[in-house]
Amino acid sequence: MELLSFGDNGWGDELFVATLMTIAVAITAMLIGFLFALIFTPLKLSKYKILNLIANFYTTVVRGVPELLVIYLFFFGGSGAIMYVAQIFGYYDYIEINAFLTGAISIGIISGAYSTEVFRGAIQSIDKGQFEACHVLGLRKYIYFFKVIMPQMLRLAIPNLSNVWQITLKDTSLISVTGLVEIMRQSYIAAGSTRDPLLFYSVAAVLYLMLTYLSMKLINRLEQNYSRGY
Amino acid sequence: MDLELIMTSFPKLLSATVVTLKLLSASLFFGLFLGLFFAILRLNKNRLVSGFAYGYSYLFRGTPLLVQIFIIYFGLGQIEYLRTTFLWVILKEPYWCAIIAFSLNTGAYTSEILRSAFETIKPGIIEAGRSLGLNKIFIFTKIQIPIAIKQSLPAYGNEIILMLKGTSLASTVTLMDITGVAKFIISTTFRPVEVFIIAGSIYLFITFLVHNLIKYLEKKYRYQ
Repeated sequence: MELLSFGDNGWGDELFVATLMTIAVAITAMLIGFLFALIFTPLKLSKYKILNLIANFYTTVVRGVPELLVIYLFFFGGSGAIMYVAQIFGYYDYIEINAFLTGAISIGIISGAYSTEVFRGAIQSIDKGQFEACHVLGLRKYIYFFKVIMPQMLRLAIPNLSNVWQITLKDTSLISVTGLVEIMRQSYIAAGSTRDPLLFYSVAAVLYLMLTYLSMKLINRLEQNYSRGY
Repeated sequence: MDLELIMTSFPKLLSATVVTLKLLSASLFFGLFLGLFFAILRLNKNRLVSGFAYGYSYLFRGTPLLVQIFIIYFGLGQIEYLRTTFLWVILKEPYWCAIIAFSLNTGAYTSEILRSAFETIKPGIIEAGRSLGLNKIFIFTKIQIPIAIKQSLPAYGNEIILMLKGTSLASTVTLMDITGVAKFIISTTFRPVEVFIIAGSIYLFITFLVHNLIKYLEKKYRYQ
């Protein structure tokens, strides 16, 4: 038990910080994912075939290729790509993007593909009359989207978004291969230096279980909030 | 774009595909039995039995696959007692550790899929079987299981694809599957994009095949 204590002798505080890091990466990735979903959902629902094709390409490729491979692409190729862009603008120094951003972006792109599908499904299952009513009432685009469609879409999307969140949370464990010190990486370091892998990986499992359990509780509340009146 | 690298690494990645497919088929095979077993336990009236099955599925669905592999590969080897038993022959091989972890993982998801499939079977169908005087085992194997399989095909297809992506984690315990070979080529040549394109296409091709197989099966076993 001493191994898990807080302070210099134990790994408790390190694991606690690592847990916060996991949460931070997961939330950032989820937000980046929403950003991607915000771009690709309209493309998916667009009238133009070519835009559909682009969005379908994104979701199909990202959901069909292992997460680890996507992470390797960004880990090994990320700074190269950014330097290439920078060189066009006349910046020739070495640029290194940190592990947090690499991880959050690669996981974000993955979670974005899942979110896109969720939002598409949610918007498509909103009653057609709602769109027509907005049109008839002559609502401005802003009000039409944010006050009418969005709240209804969120209610339908939240149960599935909670799945996306679970996937994203678990995918953050894969970022450990890039050296970012989150739960998995910290357990790996602790297991290596104490030669007690069973203990530390079990602790990691418990931490992840706790995170999934707590987030489920939170999301259930959110869901209740958004289904008022139903 | 380095075409030469693509030409030279394609055969390497293709031969690694065999490892990926072996891992996939073995874990799906064991996972299906585990899933069926735990789905039946879940439907048991005894709270203790169904609770145990629920705990299993919760544990394996709530933690990342990477943690599960590491516990089995690095963690279990630590127990001195295990090293003296015959289990050690299996547990010292990363290949079998990966298959054990994948099977347990996909088993948990499969048990959920099958459970919900069993629950959607209309009671009338089972009652009809009972009123015909069929015994319990016959009703289960000849009526409930075929219906449940039909019911769960689409969800199981997704699970196969998730598992295919999951097998990439075998590369973290030194196995050279597609992702393992891809990482090796990337870290020696520093050409991530080219390698990603080939490795990604191989995965997508397998996904495409699985998708169509499931579609075909769904069509074949559709209610007339």
